[in-house]
Amino acid sequence: MVMSEPAPAPKAGAGDSVEVSLFEVRKKIQMRAVSGWFATWRWGMVWFGQLIYYGLCWLPWNGRQAVLFDLVERKFYIFGLIFWPQDVIYLAILLIISAYALFLFTAIGGRLFCGYVCPQTVYTEIFMWIEAKIEGDRSARLKLDAEPMSGRKFVRKAAKHLVWFLFALWTGITFVGYFTPIRSLVEAIQSWSLGPWETFWIFFYGFATYGNAGWMREQVCKHMCPYARFQSVMFDRDTLIVTYDTQRGEPRGARSRAADHRARGLGACIDCSICVQVCPTGIDIREGLQYECIGCSACIDGCNQVMDKMGYPRGLIRYSTERALELGWGRKEIFRHILRPRILIYAAILALIVASAAFALALRTPLKVDVIRDRSNLGHIEEDGKVENAYRLQIMNTSEEPRRYLITVTGLPGIDINHQQDMEVPVAALTTQSVYVDVYVPRESGKQGSNRIFFDVKAIDDPGVAVHEKASFLIP
Amino acid sequence: MSDFVGGFWGVYVTVLTLVSVVACGVFLWTQGRAKQSAGQTMGHVWDETLEEFNNPMPNWWRWMFYITVFFSLGYLVAYPGLGGYGGQYAWSSAGQYDKEMAEGEATYGKIFAAYLKQDLKTVAADEKARQMGERLFVTYCAQCHGANAKGSPGYPNLTDEDWKWGGEPATIKTTIMEGRNGVMPPFAPLGAEAIKDLANYVRSLSGLAADQVRIPRGKEGFAAAGCTACHGPEGKGNPAIGAPNLTDKVWMFGGKEETIIETITKGRKATMPAQKDFLGEAKVHLLAAYVWGLSNKPGAATPAAATSSGK
Repeated sequence: MVMSEPAPAPKAGAGDSVEVSLFEVRKKIQMRAVSGWFATWRWGMVWFGQLIYYGLCWLPWNGRQAVLFDLVERKFYIFGLIFWPQDVIYLAILLIISAYALFLFTAIGGRLFCGYVCPQTVYTEIFMWIEAKIEGDRSARLKLDAEPMSGRKFVRKAAKHLVWFLFALWTGITFVGYFTPIRSLVEAIQSWSLGPWETFWIFFYGFATYGNAGWMREQVCKHMCPYARFQSVMFDRDTLIVTYDTQRGEPRGARSRAADHRARGLGACIDCSICVQVCPTGIDIREGLQYECIGCSACIDGCNQVMDKMGYPRGLIRYSTERALELGWGRKEIFRHILRPRILIYAAILALIVASAAFALALRTPLKVDVIRDRSNLGHIEEDGKVENAYRLQIMNTSEEPRRYLITVTGLPGIDINHQQDMEVPVAALTTQSVYVDVYVPRESGKQGSNRIFFDVKAIDDPGVAVHEKASFLIP
Repeated sequence: MSDFVGGFWGVYVTVLTLVSVVACGVFLWTQGRAKQSAGQTMGHVWDETLEEFNNPMPNWWRWMFYITVFFSLGYLVAYPGLGGYGGQYAWSSAGQYDKEMAEGEATYGKIFAAYLKQDLKTVAADEKARQMGERLFVTYCAQCHGANAKGSPGYPNLTDEDWKWGGEPATIKTTIMEGRNGVMPPFAPLGAEAIKDLANYVRSLSGLAADQVRIPRGKEGFAAAGCTACHGPEGKGNPAIGAPNLTDKVWMFGGKEETIIETITKGRKATMPAQKDFLGEAKVHLLAAYVWGLSNKPGAATPAAATSSGK
């Protein structure tokens, strides 16, 4: 039955003069559930990712939420790390790491991200599981869809949408729970005192989950996702992709288990269409690599089960490369070609960035200092012959305890700060303190014009927490 | 529609906008009924063999387009966009600004108003008010007077005991509210020699090094040229007209001989702009207390942080 379904995009050559509309109504795909090695991996990834997503926001740390992105206070808490707006470079590094990881994994194994990690795949998988629990398996669902509306059908459909809605709502609440502490968020929901933006984002994110995973599904991958369009650019002829072994499979055809298909001139494909039924984007992998293929390997799992039943060797549909299919390579040669220059360069760059990011994070001190020279005057000459320059120090205590800091200034002979050797400043936890200081230097200590000086700000309780910041001192 | 002269452009914009939106809708409708032959390519070929098929678009995209058409019509009803029509909400950027300013006034006005009722010296002793004053000073006053209020050439130091217009809290407040215009008229007709004599005499008033021969000549000139009219017979100045004291070693434009000669020859103008209409009395009140407090520190109770404490 499925075989007679036309391919979603007509691929016939020129001369075909079938008239079609400029717009195509989506044909609902009822995906057949599949089990196997790849399906197990995907479910593993779903559990792994979603346990983190739904669970992490409940984890306490130092009397606060372990992972919290506080947009109002402009502070991102990730366990012991606290990122200030000044740390935006780490966000850039994270994005660069993500991009290079995507390049690397795509070049090795095709659309691994799409097939196993992408939220669209993950939530579609979860929503389809709910659908199957309520409406039954694929054939039951097809039958239900074909039926006219009845009490039984209505109850099932309504129950499905209700469960989807509740699941999506909880997903939205969890999402907002990373920006507003989730415990106070849940309390606010219980007391109906939710803020307008929190309400909006809960429903917006919830609606996006419900709509994308419940209704849009493969349409997101085919028509909305930018990754889908450019991931194939990172493919080459040695990239592992889901392939159908045409040489072994064709000519396809139905046969009984007992019959010797070779004698009847048939290939290994029994044309059972299981590979099409299990495909979440509704394509036929036997037509070759298509842009709709998200690399989920459901067809591999499906076909392997059939091959087992038929007593044929597995792997009629399998992970292989374009070149391997062409040259008839085995596993060993395919694996050997993974280590090609492109992969090695991607891996080297990725390793370098990860290592330097880790290094930078490890060396980060919980103290930032900005020195802002007063721009409105160049420098005063005091009665005692000293020159005075004024500065504003922005001392940012990025640690979670209040600290006292010692400020000293060096760089010119006889330099002092407010006529003292040093000054002490208390700064509360996670706050910025502006300190106005006057620096005095005997006029003959430096040259006329700009002189380099340094401010040293050191935590009194921990000399490791120190910042050495340069500034210029003007002598008129 | 005050942006345009005459009503024509308002009508022009209205017609153009509505025709465009409706034409988009009509185009969508006709495209929804149009047919094309299947399997055609767009006629582009890249990289030798890469062709683009003219595949049908997903139908839900069409509905998204329709939604944008209806949304834009709804938007034009609610918000300004059609010539002189202001929209049902009568929204304007100026109106939003006024609304946000009013909200800010409702939130913060109370805090300022509480201090306005207090005596300036009481406000100056209040640490919280001092911090607010400091923030206001750094934002609005530091451009000329410096973040540490020590001034720069042409802009007076506010941390010392010297006040051109008087240093009483109420006088400082008047200075900020109403602004000040200090004028030193030019005395070039006196001639270079006489001016040099005057400069040396003026330096001697502050006890600075000066030519002993020129001092007595300058002293005579000081009275004869009319300097005493403003600066007084002893050069001690007159706060009523902003004439500075010349005997205190404090120089607004500089105390070097050539600078003083320039001051006398060309004259000086010093303007403190009025803040009454810009900041309003409540903020000026806090600023006046802060500025007075800079040279009238209460006892030894200086907080360790936040300002230059070692003074």
